[in-house]
Amino acid sequence: MALSVCIRAVRRSCVARAVTAVRLSTHSEPSLQNGAKVAAFPGAKAPYVNEMKILNENSYDPIPIYRVMDSNGDIIDSREEPDIDRETLINMYKTMVQMNQMDKILYESQRQGRISFYMTNYGEEGIHVGSAAALTPKDLVYAQYRELGVLLFRGMTVSELINQCYGNHEDPGKGRQMPVHYGSKQRNIVTISSPLATQMPQAVGAAYAFKRSADRDRVVICYFGEGAASEGDAHAALNFAATLECPVILFCRNNGYAISTPSREQYRGDGIAARGPALGLHTIRVDGTDALAVYNATARARELALQNKPVLIEAMSYRVGHHSTSDDSTAYRPLEEIQQWSKDENSIQKLRLYLERKGLWSEEAEKAAAKDARDLVMRTMQNAEKKKKPHWKEMLEDVYYDMPPHIQKQMKQMEEHLKKYGDKYPMDQYQNE
Amino acid sequence: MATLIKKKVIFSHIVKYVNRSTKRLSSHFTYFPDNEAPVQGETTQMNMMQAINNAMDITLREDPSAVLFGEDVGFGGVFRCALGLQEKYGKDRVFNTPLCEQGIAGFGIGMATTGANVIAEIQFADYIFPAFDQLVNEAAKARYRSGGQWGCGLTVRAPAAAVGHGGLYHSQSPEAFFAHAPGLKVVIPRGPITAKGLLLACTQSPDPCVFLEPKVLYRAAAEPVPTETYTLPLGKAQVLREGSSATLIGWGTQVHVLLEVAQTAEQQLGVKCEVIDLMSILPWDQETVFNSVRKTGRCLVSHEAPLTSGFGAEIAASVQEECFLHLEAPVSRVCGWDAPFPHVFEPLYLPTKHRVYHELTKLLEY
Repeated sequence: MALSVCIRAVRRSCVARAVTAVRLSTHSEPSLQNGAKVAAFPGAKAPYVNEMKILNENSYDPIPIYRVMDSNGDIIDSREEPDIDRETLINMYKTMVQMNQMDKILYESQRQGRISFYMTNYGEEGIHVGSAAALTPKDLVYAQYRELGVLLFRGMTVSELINQCYGNHEDPGKGRQMPVHYGSKQRNIVTISSPLATQMPQAVGAAYAFKRSADRDRVVICYFGEGAASEGDAHAALNFAATLECPVILFCRNNGYAISTPSREQYRGDGIAARGPALGLHTIRVDGTDALAVYNATARARELALQNKPVLIEAMSYRVGHHSTSDDSTAYRPLEEIQQWSKDENSIQKLRLYLERKGLWSEEAEKAAAKDARDLVMRTMQNAEKKKKPHWKEMLEDVYYDMPPHIQKQMKQMEEHLKKYGDKYPMDQYQNE
Repeated sequence: MATLIKKKVIFSHIVKYVNRSTKRLSSHFTYFPDNEAPVQGETTQMNMMQAINNAMDITLREDPSAVLFGEDVGFGGVFRCALGLQEKYGKDRVFNTPLCEQGIAGFGIGMATTGANVIAEIQFADYIFPAFDQLVNEAAKARYRSGGQWGCGLTVRAPAAAVGHGGLYHSQSPEAFFAHAPGLKVVIPRGPITAKGLLLACTQSPDPCVFLEPKVLYRAAAEPVPTETYTLPLGKAQVLREGSSATLIGWGTQVHVLLEVAQTAEQQLGVKCEVIDLMSILPWDQETVFNSVRKTGRCLVSHEAPLTSGFGAEIAASVQEECFLHLEAPVSRVCGWDAPFPHVFEPLYLPTKHRVYHELTKLLEY
């Protein structure tokens, strides 16, 4: 019985399909087929067309790059000049100087074997200070690993950062992670982890929690590179942000390279920005070497995010430095290309010229700031080097909120082992009791 | 006479057919309801789905930060565990997500980072692997890598284990994959009472928990569950049946298989076996297990997941290390075979009561 009903139903639908096929072949008006101009499929709101057209990467114009300053630091359209107070502008520039000095000295110290690893931020300074200045200290930051300027602008001290790189007992992370994996609960900066793009759906979730909380004046910003944007987690984040309407800014640093892989081998569409509207996000592409353009875009994005309209920002830049201290980038790109970007479209230079024109900066100020920044880093490093690493027992703490019995047992085993074989280990480098 | 013989033949065919289908279709276990309630007070008869629903209802009621989300959770979930919760608590607290497990886990971690009480559902444990990176590299390590600055009190629920016809991707028991990830808690209930108590403990835990629900028990298992709030401790096992001849260790549905085997062994062999429900896979209750094996001298571990590197291996290795002088026989493991979980061969794939009984007799005779 049930079977025959089933067969009848199938037959009926076949007939219906045949009728539709006949109608289609007559090329009747789309509007006549279902009585409406827009098709009623639940999956998309779109009109019918009778001309077949397959879209490709050239079907849309590229998303333009928003800029406020030219390469000489001149404002192109005065209506776009942001209203940033003197103090903040100077702070933005000093942060650039500070991060540059820290990069130079820590990069060298890795070369000398004083720290195990380092990643510089050359070429992306405008992105960091421009976006950080447009946020409030309550906004939560999820970083990838190349966002030193954001952390400095937020108020993380050079000493906190350098202690992390040395993994000494004053490192808030207790020496457990590789250098540059910073984090500070106090500053609303979620601790950085190495797996790429994992922070993206997390940032969206945190933003959703903000939306539900009593304090509605907070957004989440999540930084990631254009390489990380190829991860599945990036897709998850963009889609979840849109469908769950989260107060989040997804901020892509497109610097042209993921280690040795040029963006040409990373994607074939119009960069990362083009994915935004495709997934239902507000989107802007901005000149990442122009701190003022980044500032404007982030400030506007923050306003939209507070209305639960998530925003994707793609900041174009060039990774002037090597990927990390484990990389020699001249093996895969020409030296001239690097030089061109470090000279002509240098984000520090642009902001300095802008400040000089406004009478907020000078040659003397530059010298003093660079010296202060260098001295601070040198002094902090010397201190950091002298500090012992945390007590070895920290190796087994914080795995869980409370230490379960099996880990307690392992700690006792290690304790016994060290009593007998302690001289085989560099125990003098660690704190005692 | 001829017709009589013919009738007899037909009848025996029918009996054979029915017997065969009963063998094929009957569940591989008999449910042993819990006799003792963990707390005094009023109880309601609930199946495991209702007990889980009740635990989530309590969590959402008592903690305004609590949320529940996943694929198809809004209308009540494909196993109806979230039934009625969206109507009761609103769309911002009980909601559907896009179909993306890594997104669900990552989103949940992010919410938990801010201190929210998060219950995320993965539709089947078989589909938890896209979220493996988020759970193992992120959730499990969040507290450790930040020096205790950031925690992750996330609970991920997932229907797991055999259901009779689930084939490769609706039957898996992935607990051993997660048992190798320091920082995670892995928990599996055996019925409604344990499901409610353990799930409430997971939602209150400051650590990330993977809560695997044996889906065959959602409706099959029913017992009187205390209506009020209670928790069962994570990391603690329960001795369900005391004995002196051998220790049988399992979790989830397999506990009921072991209870039946212990009953059969007592009836047919006159031996008393101790049956332990481990409940927490990570961290697991070594003390209860070691004390039992030191007493009985014999140990059998049984789980649905494949043998090689299954969690039984961890138990067997630890037992031989801690109970070496008390062991009268090698530790026995009765597990799923080292093959993907098959469709039509399920009755032969599972560690059935017959396989467990067979191994137990060998263990006792060793």
